[in-house]
Amino acid sequence: MGIRLGHASAGRWAGRQILRRRWQLAASAAVLLITAAPAWAAEGMPQLDFANKLTTAQVVWLAIIFVALYLLLSRWALPQVASVLEMRATSIAGDLDAARRAKSEADAAVAEQAKATREAHASAQAEISAAVATSKAAADSESVTLNAKLDQQIAEAEERIARARAAAMGALEQVATETALEVVSRLTGTAIDGSTVNRAVAAALAARAS
Amino acid sequence: MAAEAHSIDALGQFKLHTALGPFGASVNFTQSNLMMVIAAGLILALLYFGAKPRAVVPGRLQAAAELAYDFIHKMCVDQIGEEGRRFFPFVFTLFFFVLFGNLLGLLPFSFTYTSHIAVTATLAITVIVLVTVVALAIHGMHFFTYFWPKGTPVALAPIIIPVEIISYLSRPVSLSIRLFANMVAGHVMFEVFASFMVMMAGAGVIGYFGAAGPLALNVVLMGFELLVAFLQAYVFAVLTCIYLHDAVHLH
Repeated sequence: MGIRLGHASAGRWAGRQILRRRWQLAASAAVLLITAAPAWAAEGMPQLDFANKLTTAQVVWLAIIFVALYLLLSRWALPQVASVLEMRATSIAGDLDAARRAKSEADAAVAEQAKATREAHASAQAEISAAVATSKAAADSESVTLNAKLDQQIAEAEERIARARAAAMGALEQVATETALEVVSRLTGTAIDGSTVNRAVAAALAARAS
Repeated sequence: MAAEAHSIDALGQFKLHTALGPFGASVNFTQSNLMMVIAAGLILALLYFGAKPRAVVPGRLQAAAELAYDFIHKMCVDQIGEEGRRFFPFVFTLFFFVLFGNLLGLLPFSFTYTSHIAVTATLAITVIVLVTVVALAIHGMHFFTYFWPKGTPVALAPIIIPVEIISYLSRPVSLSIRLFANMVAGHVMFEVFASFMVMMAGAGVIGYFGAAGPLALNVVLMGFELLVAFLQAYVFAVLTCIYLHDAVHLH
């Protein structure tokens, strides 16, 4: 503030210096004119003819006109221009206010919109992961039951196979014994003891199985 | 104006006579005062018709009126400070009264009332009386310290105080003579060149070519005088503002 005022007064000082110089010029010109005037016109400058009553009458009328102009300007004309300028200032300020309000409203709407989008995004993501988890769990339990069923079927089948195999092996021993007895009796013509054959067959089967 | 072909009457244009026929003559209403009334009417018309549309986006006339208002208002506030608003109507009246007087005087067959020392001195004395009254009203007796700048050695008092008083009293003289002399000088030059042109033209065919010189000079001079008309009105108003600043703030 102080600096600004300092500048202003410095400017005013410089302005005064210029004006003073101008004044000197103007004053010397005036002196020149006043002294040279009688050379041009015998009666001198009409402006300096104060014997002429019109010179003083002019000043009286000047005072009347100037005061009337001042009163008309200060009471009537200038307030009109001031009110126009004020009206413009208030209307511009009002428009700016409305624009600022609209902008803040728009900003709030945008923020709300962004928030809603974020929330929707988050809930959709949650729903997707929940669905994935459920379906994964369902698939897991299904596969567990399926595996169990398959295991059971496999076990059953293996058991059946084992049973069939055991049955087959049992039958094999009897068939082999009978065949051996038959073969031996046919070849040799003598019956042999069944138990000997049985032992031999069992030994042979054991040897094979091992 | 130039009655005889061989003498140039450069000062006859400033002679006062009554206007408006016998009515003006009966109250000594001069052609100078008629121009003042016309100037005042034009200033009021500019502001009235300028402010009338009350448009937010101003037209040309409204822009001119607003520009005039803002220009003087800014000058007052810049030069005087916030207190300047109180003096704004006075400075506005002064500036436009002088400006329109200067400009109307440039029209052919018109009269320049600012070329009369009685008129400019009256305006200048009005300014100086106002400035002194304002200073006394604001600062009372403290106003007289204006003639005794702070920090001046006491020994210099007998010199400084008379110098300050003379410089204060010379303000109305410089204000009035500056405007008066500028206006008179311009109009005398117009008249001299114009008379010279007529004299040259009277000298025959060669004179017609010779008359082109003063004619060209007068054309250039008209541009210059337009500048002077604005400049002198501005100087008058700015100096008034500076004096008012001194009155309000005392240095």
